[in-house]
Amino acid sequence: MAVVTRGFGGRRPEPEHDIPPGQFVTGDFPVLSAGPTPNVDESRWELTVRTETGEGTSWTWEQLMALPAEDVETDIHCVTHWSKLGTTWRGVSLDTLLADVETSAEFVMARSYGGYTTNLPLQDLLDGQAWVAFEFEGEPLEPVHGGPARLLVPHLYFWKSAKWLRGLDLMDDEDLGFWEQNGYHAYGDPWLEQRYA
Amino acid sequence: MSWHVATVVGARPLTRTARALTLAVPGFAGALPGQHVDVRLTAPDGYQATRAYSLAQTGVDERVDLVVDEVPGGEVSPYLVRDARPGDQLEVRGPLGGYFVWHDGDTAPVLLVAGGSGVVPFLAMLRARREAGRRAPFRLVCSVRTPADAIERGEVDTPDRGLDVRWVFTREAPPGWPAPPRRITTDDLTAPGFGPDDGTAVFVCGPTGFVEAAAGLLTGLGHPPDRVRTERFGGA
Repeated sequence: MAVVTRGFGGRRPEPEHDIPPGQFVTGDFPVLSAGPTPNVDESRWELTVRTETGEGTSWTWEQLMALPAEDVETDIHCVTHWSKLGTTWRGVSLDTLLADVETSAEFVMARSYGGYTTNLPLQDLLDGQAWVAFEFEGEPLEPVHGGPARLLVPHLYFWKSAKWLRGLDLMDDEDLGFWEQNGYHAYGDPWLEQRYA
Repeated sequence: MSWHVATVVGARPLTRTARALTLAVPGFAGALPGQHVDVRLTAPDGYQATRAYSLAQTGVDERVDLVVDEVPGGEVSPYLVRDARPGDQLEVRGPLGGYFVWHDGDTAPVLLVAGGSGVVPFLAMLRARREAGRRAPFRLVCSVRTPADAIERGEVDTPDRGLDVRWVFTREAPPGWPAPPRRITTDDLTAPGFGPDDGTAVFVCGPTGFVEAAAGLLTGLGHPPDRVRTERFGGA
């Protein structure tokens, strides 16, 4: 049992539906980024999936927009303890983007404009678990939140949902991304509270 | 990484909304300026709440110095600012964060840009620099609404060789202040020896809107994005 903090607890919010341990619900959309927000014009935006053999497949913005998109409603959980409930997004499923990519890789490094990286197991991006999202709450995704397009992997802590996505590199072996090299957990399951390495 | 029991041993009001808290934390060690900790409070019925706070000072093991600014309508910060008193116990985990950090052996010029309570991790950096007797040139630009909102202004303004401080007041300036209240500009961020060509390490901390604006000005001045480290709080 943790120590009890005298006099604490009177300002707690109304209980809502289940959130992961150590999280609190916010109505805001806080912004966590390691550096400045890159402004990426859709006319020069490109997404490249590169396999472990070096073979690349790229989509321009127009090509991404031509793919079937899905509406997603989900809770999101940030490692800095806030959770935001019932957020709505629109994006292209990774199942669609990876359908014709031949690979036996097990891991992925997501790469962003601006240099950010984050690592994920490939299986966490498949089967309706991940999207390249370009709308939030019915509006084009703002640059500060990762626009024009970000990765959306809501079952993991939100640092895995790389903003300003530009590439997915498939890898045979697990390599660590930016925050994972700076003390965060390699996988990041919020329900298991895998915050730190 | 485990939780440590922390005991409040000191509390000092700094502004109308901010308070310095000193915690005794057996087992806590090795923090670097710029790092933060998780703070966990537990109510008598077991209910818990956790928040992250920057360290205001590093270098003394088993002690944690925080400066907490009250978030209106918040749950944890009002407790820490108004209710917590010496002898109260809570829990701390850390130190955390390996990127928004100044290493006292680094000799590159450092430009620190703070909005409001975003100055807290920079207090840790200034204190570490002074403590270590380092000569790395520092420039601190602090944007606050009014003079009454300035955190530790007396300490920050104490002359320190190689430290250059500029205050920007956005709503109300002190009497006789040479400039009217205004937002931060590129002029505030430009100084000889702290430019993009000087290898300057830039740190920006504050509310999201402030950091977005300041980081935009800095990259506009030519600072490479990978030399501009940011820490934001609040929504956009």
